[in-house]
Amino acid sequence: MSATRAEVCAVACAELFRGDGEIVAAAVAGFVPMLGARLARATFEPDLLTTDGGPALSAEPVPLGGRAETVEGWLPFRDHLWLVLNGRRHVVMGPSQIDASGNTNISCVGPWERPARQLLGSRGGPGNTRLSTTSYWVPRHSTRVFTEAVDFVSGVGHDRGAHEIRAVVTNLAVLDFGGDGRMRLRSVHPGVGVDDVVAATGFALGVPDEVPETRAPTAEELRVIRDVLDPGGLREREVPA
Amino acid sequence: MSKVMTIADVVGSLESGMTIGIGGWGSRRKPMALVRALCRSPLTDLTIVSYGGPDVGLLCAAGKVRRLVTAFVTLDSIPLEPHFRQARQNGTIELTEYDEGMFLFGLYAAAHRLPFLPTPAGLGSDVLRVNPHLRTVRSPYEDGTELVAVPPLRLDVALLHLNRADARGNAQYLGPDPYMDDLFAKAAGRTYVACERLVATGDLLKEGPIQSLLVNRSHVAGVVETPGGAHFTACEPDHGRDEPFQRLYARAAADPDEWERFRARFLDGDETAYQDAVRTWREERA
Repeated sequence: MSATRAEVCAVACAELFRGDGEIVAAAVAGFVPMLGARLARATFEPDLLTTDGGPALSAEPVPLGGRAETVEGWLPFRDHLWLVLNGRRHVVMGPSQIDASGNTNISCVGPWERPARQLLGSRGGPGNTRLSTTSYWVPRHSTRVFTEAVDFVSGVGHDRGAHEIRAVVTNLAVLDFGGDGRMRLRSVHPGVGVDDVVAATGFALGVPDEVPETRAPTAEELRVIRDVLDPGGLREREVPA
Repeated sequence: MSKVMTIADVVGSLESGMTIGIGGWGSRRKPMALVRALCRSPLTDLTIVSYGGPDVGLLCAAGKVRRLVTAFVTLDSIPLEPHFRQARQNGTIELTEYDEGMFLFGLYAAAHRLPFLPTPAGLGSDVLRVNPHLRTVRSPYEDGTELVAVPPLRLDVALLHLNRADARGNAQYLGPDPYMDDLFAKAAGRTYVACERLVATGDLLKEGPIQSLLVNRSHVAGVVETPGGAHFTACEPDHGRDEPFQRLYARAAADPDEWERFRARFLDGDETAYQDAVRTWREERA
């Protein structure tokens, strides 16, 4: 069985949560990381807490777009904000811009005083990145997103006191951070060249001599993705083929 | 003593220049009937404090906002709010941009009459750069940690929409999330509650369990029954978000001519006219 790019991305997002144990996986950045968190729970990280997209903590991982049939807990917005301080939470956010140190922007493009493009606002970015584990999902890896400098620091990077930025999963690759706090290439997805990733990144990316391929989904993972967690194929809408 | 009022009574009691907190979250359980009336009023120069949704968008479009205090503005199922974007890009509003946890602590501080509450959220980010009024404090204990001292978000008035209320001003949420509505009420000098349905005090616990009684009457100055008054935002379990209407709103908001038509059709009349116009629009689509 060969996996689609979206399925490789979903498994890479699941890997973000490996070893996390009994904490809340808050994969708010899109379908693929949401699928990844639920896949991790359904396979190798069974103690994770996941939601159905609303305030219900579901007793079992819920298919994308579905509601929890059995609820095991309640997590209204105020509890998310408290959990950020508490630390038992790993969030996956979607940056509009990210730099080599992992600083991210979801607030605005251009000068904050009078932006060229107003975006969402800082939302929980400052607290999330300062206080609990954060990862990022970028469905379209490009020099527009991976920029030399971000226009507004709404999520802090390693040079500004980030708690832990575990990794960045994109439609092309998985990236993480070296001991110097700068972004480096960890793996490229099957069918993607190292040069493709370097060309789509607007800053000097750390590239080791040997870059492995992102691991392929197992047959069991593909079964869970296709038959259980995303039978409607929402993942394929988010990742260009 | 009855605190039942009309929408016009509530808006008539407000003044230009006030700081007004708005409950709900994004495009969820927003007191839209009160917001629509604010937009029709002569009030100006308002400071709006909100986890922002179409409440912020409408008020920006109507030219009511001098300053917005927020962490985000979104329509949830549509990520970005067109009117808010235009207001920022045209430079027509001032903005106090906080992290959403800092915002929560600002409400907490105001609700508990504290001069500030400390949090590490915001440190290192540009939220501190664009809010030069924010100060930091150092922990007096051995750790000596530096923290942001979030000042109180004191509100002159809070406007909320809940599922049920009684005439005394006790208010109840029946949906899955209280948002921060109780904190808005406690942070405000006075609070007005719009509700889907007014019920007798003795019937409140027939509607939901005791812990659904989110706001008690000591915080509430007035109650208005506005069935559908949160439209088009979500007000579960009474109704979900009206997604087709929200799409109509967002499309219109992105184009000045279309917005003129939308405003004339839906927003220029009073709340009854709004609800009638929405009903007619729905029938035409069916």
